[in-house]
Amino acid sequence: MIRLDVRDLAVERGGRPVLAGIGFALAAGEALALTGANGAGKSTLLRAVAGLVPLTGGRIDWQGSGEPIAEAIHYFGHLDALKPTLAVADNLILWSKVAGVPGLSVIEALERVGLDHLDDMPAAYLSAGQRRRVAFARLLVVRRPVWLLDEPTAALDAGAEATFGDLLADHIASGGLALVATHRPLPIPAATLRLGA
Amino acid sequence: MTGFFLALAGRTARLSLGAGGGAFTGLVFFLSVVAVVPFGVGPDMPLLARIGPAMLWIAALLATLLGLDRLFQDDRDDGSLDQMILSGLPLELIVLAKAIGHWLATGLPLVVGAPLFGLMLGADGHAILFVTLTLLIGTPALTFIGAIGAALITAMRRGGLIVAVLVLPFTIPVLIFGVSAVAAATGGFDPATPLMVLAGLALGSLVAGPIAAAAALRAALD
Repeated sequence: MIRLDVRDLAVERGGRPVLAGIGFALAAGEALALTGANGAGKSTLLRAVAGLVPLTGGRIDWQGSGEPIAEAIHYFGHLDALKPTLAVADNLILWSKVAGVPGLSVIEALERVGLDHLDDMPAAYLSAGQRRRVAFARLLVVRRPVWLLDEPTAALDAGAEATFGDLLADHIASGGLALVATHRPLPIPAATLRLGA
Repeated sequence: MTGFFLALAGRTARLSLGAGGGAFTGLVFFLSVVAVVPFGVGPDMPLLARIGPAMLWIAALLATLLGLDRLFQDDRDDGSLDQMILSGLPLELIVLAKAIGHWLATGLPLVVGAPLFGLMLGADGHAILFVTLTLLIGTPALTFIGAIGAALITAMRRGGLIVAVLVLPFTIPVLIFGVSAVAAATGGFDPATPLMVLAGLALGSLVAGPIAAAAALRAALD
């Protein structure tokens, strides 16, 4: 029984409270959409759950199959973690070696996001949308139960958005959890948490 | 997890050697110092041969410090650092992997180039042998100590020469024992003691450097 429990979470940035009293719970196969105006703290909440921002209050409990929470999380933020001088496939090879259950091979993952023909292209020549797709392929090369997605469809075209919707639906259907900061309705059934309301 | 460690070290070395990586900046700086010293000192071969090993060490020290400022900053800026923190490998080992990769790309070329540059300074074979040996033991220590400075400036969001200024005082012991091992060997004394101290400094910084740098990077998280 995997479960992510966030209770009474508070985060300060630059000495000012950004989040206070945030609580939600996600079980296997559930998704939560985070909405709210710019600056409401959606990205901060995702980074706090990932452990990339220190908490000033509250707690995050993760019950998984024994792994610590950092190894259960795929964080898909605004930054793509791509090195411009390395080829697309070489960029992904490093991320295919992180802790977790091995997923698709690098080339299969690129195929799923429709970029397998660009595997040997240096990442510097990719467009913004292609960079997002390569970053998304990172979530497929190692299987982790919790996906934290920060505006995943920004810069994506309609086709890529549909692909992303399918991949997210697959993840949820296979018992994964997802926490998605978004301005648009998600392609899957999901509860909504509105920040800054 | 060993796979991730080795892949990270290899990728750091590759990025450093690649276009815009800056691995060769250090080597060119090393060569420049060595090439300029004879013009400054004058054509006095015995004097050059005497100060040659020390000049090589000083040049190697500065060349190592030069390339350190981007060690973690690029990874912070492009989001790689976030992903590394979530990789499951402890941050200390991530720092160690990056420092090893960085040394392979920037420190090892200095060691390999040292015999040639020693010849340019008129050092004799014995001195060249010991300069190369002490650089082989000492430059990893410089990189591991330098990693602390590189992590600190990543936390402070500053760049450039400040790493060299921050780290330089802590590298002085390495320089002292590196040069004194060469001086002992060429002066007909037993170089074992300074060599062992140098090796001790290298091993100590191998442990302390990654721990301190990881602490600095954790403080930089936000």
